Amino acid sequence: MNALKIPVKVATYEELVPQVGQPVLINDKPIALFKVTSGEVYAIEDKSPHPKGGVLSEGLVSGHYVFCPVYDWKISLADGLVQAPDEGKVQTYKVEVRDGDVYVSL
Amino acid sequence: MKHLVMIGNGMAGIRVIEEILQQNREMYQITIFGAEPHPNYNRIKLSNVLQGDTTIDDIIMNEWDWYRENNIDLHVNEAIVQIDTNNKQVISEKGTIVSYDELLIATGSSSFILPIPGADKDGVTGFRDIKDCETMIKVAEKYKKAVVIGGGLLGLEAARGLLNLGMEASVVHLAPHLMERQLDSTAGAMLKNELEAQGMKFFMEKQTAEILGEERVTGLRFTDGSEIEADLIVMAVGIKANTQVAQNTDIIVNRGIVVNDFMETNIPNVYAVGECAEHREVTYGLVAPLYEQAKVLAAKLTGNEVDGYEGSIVGTQLKVAGVDLFSAGEIDEDDRTKSIKIHNDFDGVYKKILIRDNRIAGIVLYGDTSDGQKLFRMLLKREDLTGMTSTQILHTPCGGGGGGEDVASMPDDELVCGCNGVTKKTIVDAITTNELTTVDEVGGCTNAGRSCGRCKDLVGDILAYTLGDSFDKNAATKKTLCGCTTLDREEVVAEIQEKGLNSTKEVMYVLGWKNEEGCSKCRPALNYLLGMLNPTEYIDESNSRLVNEKMHANIQKDGTYSVIPRMYGGVTTAEDLKKIGEVAEKYDVPLVKLTGGQRIGLFGVKKDDLLPIWEELDMPSGYAYGKTLRTVKTCVGKTFCRYGTQDSMSLGIELEKKFERLDTPHKFKMGVSACPRNCAESGIKDIGFVGVDGGWEIYVAGNGGTDLRAGDLLCTVKTEEEALEMTSVFLQYYRETANYLERTSHWVERIGLENIKEAIADPETRKQLVERLEVTLTRYTEPWKEALENKEIQEKFYKNRQIKVEVN
Repeated sequence: MNALKIPVKVATYEELVPQVGQPVLINDKPIALFKVTSGEVYAIEDKSPHPKGGVLSEGLVSGHYVFCPVYDWKISLADGLVQAPDEGKVQTYKVEVRDGDVYVSL
Repeated sequence: MKHLVMIGNGMAGIRVIEEILQQNREMYQITIFGAEPHPNYNRIKLSNVLQGDTTIDDIIMNEWDWYRENNIDLHVNEAIVQIDTNNKQVISEKGTIVSYDELLIATGSSSFILPIPGADKDGVTGFRDIKDCETMIKVAEKYKKAVVIGGGLLGLEAARGLLNLGMEASVVHLAPHLMERQLDSTAGAMLKNELEAQGMKFFMEKQTAEILGEERVTGLRFTDGSEIEADLIVMAVGIKANTQVAQNTDIIVNRGIVVNDFMETNIPNVYAVGECAEHREVTYGLVAPLYEQAKVLAAKLTGNEVDGYEGSIVGTQLKVAGVDLFSAGEIDEDDRTKSIKIHNDFDGVYKKILIRDNRIAGIVLYGDTSDGQKLFRMLLKREDLTGMTSTQILHTPCGGGGGGEDVASMPDDELVCGCNGVTKKTIVDAITTNELTTVDEVGGCTNAGRSCGRCKDLVGDILAYTLGDSFDKNAATKKTLCGCTTLDREEVVAEIQEKGLNSTKEVMYVLGWKNEEGCSKCRPALNYLLGMLNPTEYIDESNSRLVNEKMHANIQKDGTYSVIPRMYGGVTTAEDLKKIGEVAEKYDVPLVKLTGGQRIGLFGVKKDDLLPIWEELDMPSGYAYGKTLRTVKTCVGKTFCRYGTQDSMSLGIELEKKFERLDTPHKFKMGVSACPRNCAESGIKDIGFVGVDGGWEIYVAGNGGTDLRAGDLLCTVKTEEEALEMTSVFLQYYRETANYLERTSHWVERIGLENIKEAIADPETRKQLVERLEVTLTRYTEPWKEALENKEIQEKFYKNRQIKVEVN
């Protein structure tokens, strides 16, 4: 297992635009970073769990959810769960904001 | 962690693993051996693959990633040849030895190949896996005559598939009628008639004695001495459980691997599930019982309390187009059964309900299966029929839509939506917990009514029954903008105008949206409506546009984009072509293709390359991705063509220059042809022009896509100016009255062409429509140029971050 448990700095809090996904490639692992309107930052795997899944960082963001740009699945940013009637889950990652910097732990 | 080893990589076994992972991800380290080279796929859909309705890729149920993500050690193409129950080990054909704590045998079944001379020749196949399917598809390319041995479920589905592959399909069957295990002779004969009409040939009551040919099959001989020719023979006489792996062990094997109600074999820590297992002397070949077994076993393996599996009664349907049949339980009468029969030969409907001791014991339905689920439930529940009349038994709640009373008497577990397996209780619960008020909302929560839609009336009845007095029929069937609101388009438009709302946020806040920030349906719709209603004041919200319109490029499924520059009227220059060629070469663009709309498309462009490519092309965006004017297709016209009566290129270029970038409810395509030969296909465009002597015919609401529709003649005009004016009028009226995402073809059908003509008949109205459109057209700027000049846009939408971290 070569999973990274140490937090990795990915962006500053300021440069993230609310409601716009930001793709980040951490060692070939595609992550989608989202700042939502209420200010929280989430990190999830940048791939919809749909069998032909799209790139989630390009999806439309509403509240704490993102809509898959290719198949329109509604996915929770908080726990990665695909909302009914569709089913599935994307990997979520721990995000910390410290001194204005955003860290993601893989 | 304990080690769970599974032999077999099919539907039943994988369902067990999925259930285990759902209950407890930390309990087992999992290793799977599969003899086939594929990940788990939907074996039931093989007949759809063969019949050409779907592809092998589409029937994969668990992608390779799924195994990786769940840390499953997967060995495909590797069969297990031996189980050592004493040392708790399995040994594969490649010599891999793996120890287990728990062993799950899920090896499924294979086609039963008749042990007759010649059964090993080339061109003889079973029908059980992807390989068989591929064999048949390949043979069909070269050969003509196919013979299927076995007129049961699988055989008939295979034969239908072979017909679709262009082969002549004959079915050989031992019994006097088809599907004798599911149908009686009447239904069997009706089925045979239908399939004969579809082109199948039948050899009934024939037993195959020998397969003829040298290396390759050339025909077969029956026991009565007669012979028929064949290039391909599909054996579909039955399946047999794959139990070889349990040979030379102490595991008890009968027809299948014998298990108890908890799917345990006689050896501790060894289980069997699915088609390879024999439970209470029954082996199953249909998916529903296997999933029930999987649930029990998963609970057992994760240490959860569970009632044992008690066996299943299964209902059968045949997946052949044009055939509607359902069968369950017993088939034929005996002296202790009574039956209700309806045989309507004229409509091709046959229904037989077998009743034993006042309870349904068997169902055969042909031609109309709408009662199937209800009767099947009565059979499973052993419902007492005393006091019921035959019409009550056969009465179906689905078609009637009788309202409250029927719904009240409907049991909770009755299937309402057969397509998606949704019961009454699921719907009632969804209505009460999520406070649903419309049929669409119920569909959104439960999937009910989202496939064939036949149950929508019944869902409406359940809503009425559940909500009682608070139910509003009009509201329930109203087409709301989306699930976030109870208002429809007209109401939202009225509110925006009355209250002077000027942002999507304001609309959602003031009008009490259920989701504060809307959804992927209403946000783009509101952004469009606001821009249409307040063209001078409303500031477009990129965040409320879907990816393609936000990025000004069309996203492909792998996350790359396409770049299609504007080429007015499909006319280009040598200089532009050179530029496109150079860019394609420099950025290593995987595909350069002419599009259907007479443009040149660069496909598979990486996101990072979008901006530099746009800069080097220095051409406007072709908007090949938007709900807007796509392209104006033109023919060469009178400039060069000897038939052309008008200058089609000139009108096309003018139209495209005038209306490009305009937001419309859905995409909008135009075509201009210089004569009625119509080389620019003006008859299937949202608006199309056909040059005639002395003017232009204007066709509207044509569509060459999913719902093919020929355009209607709106009017004939004399000059280019009039053509442009009429286009403005039509476009603006469409923009102001169509629902978001409604193509002109559907809009014209809904509103009526005559009503549209009448609405735009008055010159003053036309003038106002044109004025509003002209104001709107001043809203737009060239988006590629804007992205290149605006650092903020670049940061926001086009930036990729890459971070390298040292891993210790």
